Amino acid sequence: MEESRFVRTEMLAPQAPPLGEIGWIRWLRDNLFSSWLNGALTLLAGAAVVWLAAGIGPWFANAVWNAGSLAECREILAGAEGACFAVIHDRWLQLLFGFYPDTLYWRPTLAFLLLFVALAPALFPAVPRRLLWFTAVYPGLAYLLLWGGTIWGPLVALAGVPVGVAAFLALRPALPLLAPAAGLVAPVLWWLLAAGPVAGLLAAALPWGLAPVGSAKFGGFMLSIIIGITGIAVSLPLGILLALGRKSDLFLVKTICVGFIEFIRGVPLITLLFTASLLLNYFLPPGTDFDIILRVVIMVTLFAAAYMAEVIRGGLAAIPRGQYEAADSLGLDYWKAMRLIVLPQALKVAIPGIVNTFIGLFKDTTLVVFIGLLDPIGLSTAIRANTDWNGIYWELFLFIGAMFFVFCFLMSRYSMHLERRLKTDHR
Amino acid sequence: MRKSILLGTLAVVGLGGGAASAATLDDVRAAGQIKCGVSTGLAGFSAPDANGVWQGFDVSVCRALGAAIFADPSKVQFVSTTGQTRFTALASGEVDVLARNTTWTLSRDADLKFTFVGVNYYDGQGFIVKKDLGVASARELDGATVCIQTGTTTELNLADFFRVNNMTYEPVPIETNAEALQQYLAGACDAYTTDASGLAASRATFADPENHIILPEIISKEPLGPLVRQGDDEWADIVRWSLNAMIAAEEYGITSANVDELAKGTTNPEINRLLGTEGNLGAMLRLDPAWARNIITMVGNYGEVFNSTIGEATPIGLARGLNAQWTQGGLQYSPPFR
Repeated sequence: MEESRFVRTEMLAPQAPPLGEIGWIRWLRDNLFSSWLNGALTLLAGAAVVWLAAGIGPWFANAVWNAGSLAECREILAGAEGACFAVIHDRWLQLLFGFYPDTLYWRPTLAFLLLFVALAPALFPAVPRRLLWFTAVYPGLAYLLLWGGTIWGPLVALAGVPVGVAAFLALRPALPLLAPAAGLVAPVLWWLLAAGPVAGLLAAALPWGLAPVGSAKFGGFMLSIIIGITGIAVSLPLGILLALGRKSDLFLVKTICVGFIEFIRGVPLITLLFTASLLLNYFLPPGTDFDIILRVVIMVTLFAAAYMAEVIRGGLAAIPRGQYEAADSLGLDYWKAMRLIVLPQALKVAIPGIVNTFIGLFKDTTLVVFIGLLDPIGLSTAIRANTDWNGIYWELFLFIGAMFFVFCFLMSRYSMHLERRLKTDHR
Repeated sequence: MRKSILLGTLAVVGLGGGAASAATLDDVRAAGQIKCGVSTGLAGFSAPDANGVWQGFDVSVCRALGAAIFADPSKVQFVSTTGQTRFTALASGEVDVLARNTTWTLSRDADLKFTFVGVNYYDGQGFIVKKDLGVASARELDGATVCIQTGTTTELNLADFFRVNNMTYEPVPIETNAEALQQYLAGACDAYTTDASGLAASRATFADPENHIILPEIISKEPLGPLVRQGDDEWADIVRWSLNAMIAAEEYGITSANVDELAKGTTNPEINRLLGTEGNLGAMLRLDPAWARNIITMVGNYGEVFNSTIGEATPIGLARGLNAQWTQGGLQYSPPFR
């Protein structure tokens, strides 16, 4: 009997997978309707989205962008529900720059753009290291651009750094133990005693500078960013020092750091702001012109530094004891051990907490509204006090919220990027 | 010259002692501008416009000082103050004068060591209700729910008013004016009570202002006026008479339109003295002889300022009421310029 066999000699062309297994149908099944319960939840959530969109949609769709006042907006809308974004169109420059003279808007804008140039070498390793020089002089440059006045003030203030370095180098051969202290004391003495007269003399001799703009003209997002960025930039090194001080074996250093951190953390920020705005005025001699923005920046920075110190202490605590001992066994002194071994690891661990504090600090700047500074929230009240825009709430708050979201979101994304970059995978 | 922030700090730490507060006028002249404390925003009274220029009824008092001292109403630096910071700002010298709808009370005058130089707006606490509530007088509010801002004198005034009239009410305590308005519009309370000027300003912003009425009863006295630090009578005089000049100008019919005509000399010696064509009143205040004329030309008389900022032609729509001239049945009365 002949054997009947079938052997396929050619390959079958691959068939397309069944419709239910590919494309959007598969995606829907996997992600939205994988079970009866999930299907029901999907439908419910979809209904909620549609319901919200139907409620809010017309408000956005009917938005009026060109009108002179709320009344005009209402006229254009003729009874329909709709946003009156004309207020943003009318006042966005004020919300960004406060009362800064409009012919000088280029100065804060330039300072803001240069901020990224100054930050780039600190944030991204691909940027040439040489740019760090620009980062170092940026505070003085930004001050000059924002407040104007003679160029000698910031220059003389910056000169404190070389003065400190010079004192350190001069004393190091003779008194190696006292040199670091001298390096710290010399610039302070320079700023307290010499800087004022020197700057005055130089300004009288060579009156170079920009048109001065008083702090009373500052407002809006410019003010938030100035307070936020300064607070962020200064609170990180201060926080590191405080955290190290808290873990120090030196009794005095430890006591001072613990006392400072616990005191500042135990007090609400608004209390510190009221102290800056009200109490300091009573302590200081009458007629003293101690800039209100500077007072606020100092208080916000101290507040953030106390929180930062605890976040970084958390990072330090996460480093195994062996790392400290390894550093010691290499013969590194304290500062080298911290700088080369401990802090790079501790800071990496603490990144989410640090950025968390930064974002919190940036949003906390809106509290200055309670001491009469016109940050975006304060300006929204002031804009509403204008008879044209009295009674407008949502549009202003939406704009302010969106602006804050952009900044905080960028910070958050950068921190995620940083964490990925520094990931060394030892778990 | 403007002190930089850094140098300012140094001045604080290093130099210590500061300018004496005894001669504010000299300080102001040296600074080239008047530091004037205003509200961070109160409709009609003080608010920055789209160009950042402060406008309003209280703001005009500061502008009048600029006109009187520098012949330039723009030489004023406005410092925004909140209800909490205003008195410290004045006491510490952060501002030279406070024109911020502040009620003149004995304790503020005596205990806080300020000098109130006059009253630029006689306010009082009132009620707003929806028309369909069918109430025409505050005495008919027995048993009503009333929205009230907590921690203000209005809260105490409200309790007093209902007790005196032997009525009951249910308070709905609320933190801010904006929130209170939302609650009132949403129907959480029958009536909302705060300063009558504030009620009028708020009503103007409603989508349907015609459906709300402000009841005629005013249940408290709130004389609002500019104030200065105690102890510099010369400066207080300048602020006081700058305000009086605006009030007197309206009484004598001097307006920004006809002031130049009248300044050529009139038969009325009071007008001549006010405008500086007769006598030396300006010199007594250490001001230019044309100080009052500058105020009227550059800022306007009291009535003009009232009408252009909060008067019936504006969205705020306040009637003159108590703030009419004494000759018109109001309380605005300037002592003689003699």
